[in-house]
Amino acid sequence: MTTPIVALDKIDKRFTKRLDVAEKLVNLMGGRRREQTVHAVDDVSLAIAEGEVVGLVGESGCGKSTLGRIVAGIHPPSGGALTYRGRAVGELKGEEARAFATKVQMIFQDPMSSLNPRFRVRDIIGEAPRVHGQVAAADLDDYVDRMLLRVGLDPSYKRRYPHQFSGGQRQRIGIARALAVKPDFLVCDEAVAALDVSIQAQVLNLFMELREDLGLTYLFISHDLGVVEHLADRVAVMYLGRIVEMADTESLFERPNHPYTQALLAEIPRIDARKRRFQPIKGEIPSPIDPPSGCHFHPRCPHAMDRCRVERPSLKPVESGHLSACHLNA
Amino acid sequence: MSAAVLEVRDLQTHFFTKAGIARAVDGVSFTIGKGELVGLVGESGSGKTVTGFSILGLADPPGRIVGGSITIGGAELVGRSEEKLRPIRGRKIAMIFQDPMMTLNPVLRIDAQMIETIKAHEDVSADAARERARAALGKVGIASPDERLAAYPHQFSGGMRQRVAIAIAMLFEPELIIADEPTTALDVTIQAQILHEMQKLCADSGTALLWITHDLAVIAGLADRILVMYAGRIVEEGPVDDVLDHPLHPYTKGLIGSVPSQNVRGRPLAQIPGMTPSLLHLGTGCAFAARCPRADALCRSEAPALTSHGPDRASRCHHPHLDVAAAS
Repeated sequence: MTTPIVALDKIDKRFTKRLDVAEKLVNLMGGRRREQTVHAVDDVSLAIAEGEVVGLVGESGCGKSTLGRIVAGIHPPSGGALTYRGRAVGELKGEEARAFATKVQMIFQDPMSSLNPRFRVRDIIGEAPRVHGQVAAADLDDYVDRMLLRVGLDPSYKRRYPHQFSGGQRQRIGIARALAVKPDFLVCDEAVAALDVSIQAQVLNLFMELREDLGLTYLFISHDLGVVEHLADRVAVMYLGRIVEMADTESLFERPNHPYTQALLAEIPRIDARKRRFQPIKGEIPSPIDPPSGCHFHPRCPHAMDRCRVERPSLKPVESGHLSACHLNA
Repeated sequence: MSAAVLEVRDLQTHFFTKAGIARAVDGVSFTIGKGELVGLVGESGSGKTVTGFSILGLADPPGRIVGGSITIGGAELVGRSEEKLRPIRGRKIAMIFQDPMMTLNPVLRIDAQMIETIKAHEDVSADAARERARAALGKVGIASPDERLAAYPHQFSGGMRQRVAIAIAMLFEPELIIADEPTTALDVTIQAQILHEMQKLCADSGTALLWITHDLAVIAGLADRILVMYAGRIVEEGPVDDVLDHPLHPYTKGLIGSVPSQNVRGRPLAQIPGMTPSLLHLGTGCAFAARCPRADALCRSEAPALTSHGPDRASRCHHPHLDVAAAS
């Protein structure tokens, strides 16, 4: 097997809320205030091959965005190893670390809060390649023009500010900014969630076009299973910090194995399902501060047994290339 | 169809801005029958929310209803004073908003908010009101309603807050609930729970529902009838199956086509080119002409009228997809 472009090995991410002064005082006087830890990503392993589109789905609070940020190098993991083309990212220094920073780029949900409102489009797109020495100052204007054309925007807009654009255009600017440093891996975090249906289709088409033309690899994070089904080669389903199922898109959507995946798929509203009776799973995603023991999904699972309450199920193959973490398969 | 609960005739809500007049709602007419579930679909800026707000007299300056009529059970609402709207709001027509945090007062406990609402409309004792609030929370599937009544909105999750908002809307079993994207901010599993509750409540109490959304898939699973809005006008209406299976208007067809599940996996999605026009600069022609694959000179010069194509079926287009509809 060839080396994956990005590999996560047993990645952990914890966020800890430190005690503030008042809480420390309470403790001095005999109180029992403790630091609260959110285990946002819990022992996740995932290898992404060059040119692949991996979809990452789950409900809010399941840790999918945190995982995306770890892959993009925005958050350092608390444990485990992230490798890029076989090199451990944590050990990269100097020139190599800077090179990695440009190779994996991220596209965010809300282009208004991820674009500097006081920068002109030219500077938003041109700043990073100039700083990284990828483009000479004299060629910068031409380069920005090419990037804008690449994402379907008129280069004559480059002197404008972000607020002068519509939501879909702003998302295109965000994509042009990411592409400007010649990445080979894009992490898209809910990149089309804020867009209208007709604009969403335009941006999704742009992603597919760029993949074709530039050979990009994607980690596509979304709560919208329809979008992921359309775009991804492989899908990972997250629940409370853990990957509970992972498979080729077709296999996952046609033969979901984990009860959580089954419930998720059953509840997607579909345009061809008319006047249906919604039969929701009970309960809501529990707090990651104090997750349920054993299998995180057991309090909501219709098939939960005693074993699920105490023992964490591991990801095991149920068919070739289809992994699921559920005791029912044992 | 039984007697109409709500009748909107030629509604015009315009926004008077420095840059000019934006005709956010420009001649919208529709009726909703008793217990009917109607989906109002459109993209941002289509005027769907302003339509919902106008019905309850909530269009704020610089927006103003400049024409048309809105009647509920035969009583005219346009031009009523705030005073005279009060017995209607909440009692005959209730509204559920996208963000329940906007609906609920963050500094009051849930019981205070619900009891206040009940006592504003009915002369009942505080105890009786509390009992009703408790029952209402139970109905929307909130466990341990006593505990929940004593809680503040921030102690609830998003889905739970939306349930409280629905419980408040259902307090008086109104004739009509206007729901403005109430599940857009929620996860799929929570959305399914809310849709489930709404279906049940409307069926039990005979309440009609106007569900405003950009999500065709939600409407497909919920509604009896669809209204599609574009640039301040209804461009297509009809029963759910007819509209989704045989759209007449090129915009509706484009919208349905751009939903990923309607496309072959991995292939480019059908897309509508361009973007929604600014309401300030609408010409004389059809507002969709610039993005429409069927547009010709007529479309660019003359706005089409809403034309009937059989019972309950209409579209606002010079060149509707009749061939497809006829083949059904």
